[in-house]
Amino acid sequence: MYEKDGEKYYVVDGHVHFWNAGPDNYNKYGKMFIDCFYGYHSALSPEEYLWDEEKFGKYSEEDMMHDLFEIGYVDKAIFQPTYLLDFFPNGFNTTAQDAVLAEKHPDKFILNSSFEPRLGEQGLAEFEEKHKKYGFKGVKLYTAEWHEDSKGWKLTDDWSRRYLEKCLELGVKNIHVHKGPTIRPLNKDAFNVDDVDHVATEFTDLNFIVEHVGLPRLEDFCWIGVQEPNVYGGLAVAMPFIYSRPRYFAQIIGELLYWLDEDRILFASDYAIWQPKWLVEMFVDFQIPEDMQGEYGTLTPDIKRKILGLNAAKLYDIEVPSEIPQEAPAMAGGETGYPERPL
Amino acid sequence: MITEASVLDALSGVRDPELDEPITDLKFISDLRVGDGAVDVRLRLPTPFCAPNFAYLMAHDAREALLSVPGVHKATVILDDHHTADEINTGMAGGLGFEGTFSSFEETGEDLDGLRDIFRRKAFVSRQEKLCRAMLADGHSSHELANMSLREVRGSEVKDKYLSRRRELGLDVSDDAPFVVDPDGRQVPEEAVVQHLRFARVTRLSIEANAGFCRGVLAARNGISDPEEESA
Repeated sequence: MYEKDGEKYYVVDGHVHFWNAGPDNYNKYGKMFIDCFYGYHSALSPEEYLWDEEKFGKYSEEDMMHDLFEIGYVDKAIFQPTYLLDFFPNGFNTTAQDAVLAEKHPDKFILNSSFEPRLGEQGLAEFEEKHKKYGFKGVKLYTAEWHEDSKGWKLTDDWSRRYLEKCLELGVKNIHVHKGPTIRPLNKDAFNVDDVDHVATEFTDLNFIVEHVGLPRLEDFCWIGVQEPNVYGGLAVAMPFIYSRPRYFAQIIGELLYWLDEDRILFASDYAIWQPKWLVEMFVDFQIPEDMQGEYGTLTPDIKRKILGLNAAKLYDIEVPSEIPQEAPAMAGGETGYPERPL
Repeated sequence: MITEASVLDALSGVRDPELDEPITDLKFISDLRVGDGAVDVRLRLPTPFCAPNFAYLMAHDAREALLSVPGVHKATVILDDHHTADEINTGMAGGLGFEGTFSSFEETGEDLDGLRDIFRRKAFVSRQEKLCRAMLADGHSSHELANMSLREVRGSEVKDKYLSRRRELGLDVSDDAPFVVDPDGRQVPEEAVVQHLRFARVTRLSIEANAGFCRGVLAARNGISDPEEESA
């Protein structure tokens, strides 16, 4: 919980990891991969939050509990697993790894899992087993991931549909899809979000959370967000722009509020790439710069409250303390727009 | 005699297809050696995980640009520190093409020209919005923009960039051609101009924010401080 200027905010961090990317668990590609993450971390973090590479590769349970819950204002954090077994022999951040922490602190963490449609029938059975064991409500998917001789998959593939049907049957209703900065060798148009559009129409009882709000294809994401009410935008990776590129951040938030609405945007730190403490503090203090307010309007405490926690709380049936004001849902689409007359 | 300046000039014509900026401005050239009729260039992208198709396109285009410089008979482009550097460097040296370069993977039927086209369209839309925005700031109304021909748009660097992207798409750039057209060259009707620009604005934002992200990451990778945010 965060409190500032008499306003209270319930915080759900929609995207966290507990990874092991230390030298005992990476190969050549794994090393490149964690170096890439470290690049994101060092490029976009305030200096006082920079870690050295060793700690970044493998941080402790205490670090995570401290950074999220002791100083980071987070009330609930959602684990989004990332397997990458070809890079990290024991996995980068698997459901089982995350479960160790999630089981120790069931009031703090929400554990999500993942599926790999290219594993076919056997993978489907394993997915069901995993669900029996962990009982998750959400999955994180990487359509750009290479697997054997395949360079990626689409949500519209036959096997993907089978897995989505299984999700529906099991009550796994939140489908987080990574469409954004490269997670693994990817090619083709792996950032393309068209497949989300199709399955969102087809599976209206599932929620599709497009991680990283589709960056670097914000426009494609916004386009499907307008059409599909069950499509959400996760702010991981977009959030840290608030510090290093605040004017871009203002525009990204402004566009999301216009094309989607304030009920479908979810806060996330992508811990341990960035830390929730400074993101939450800066977001609560943030305002659209004055010269842009004509186009984008302003951010009110109610809008911030929804983005920081209330929206995710709805998706995951999290009970929010009654001291947090809860506003009625927004009307779709913002009121601001493009200057129709001379500026 | 090949000069470094002529080589850099040729390379400045190569753009990151996704960021719509010259690879020279983006500081992707990490090393450049000019010899007798030969040029060696090294490319270093913001992260080892930049998409292989874009990495391939830039390496390929850089090589073509180098070979266009008078006096250059041999051009070598090496991609540094990239997770597919071995494949791309071998593919480039052997002229294997994209599918050949990644032949250990299934045939995707990937159409690199098609991909390039998607980004040319985005670059066009983004440049058009930038120009329209500047004109609105100058006092034109959206109604006026909708009815203008290219001749009526005052000359500027922003206009030149717009025309160059428009030309790349094979669209009409003659003086009498309508100013606000979609990527297929169809004039945008007056009542649709505002919505057209509103969407174009997101395309521009996406490209610019992504370029900013890449710059920051590359600066961190090379151990230099992040360049200032450009005024948006």
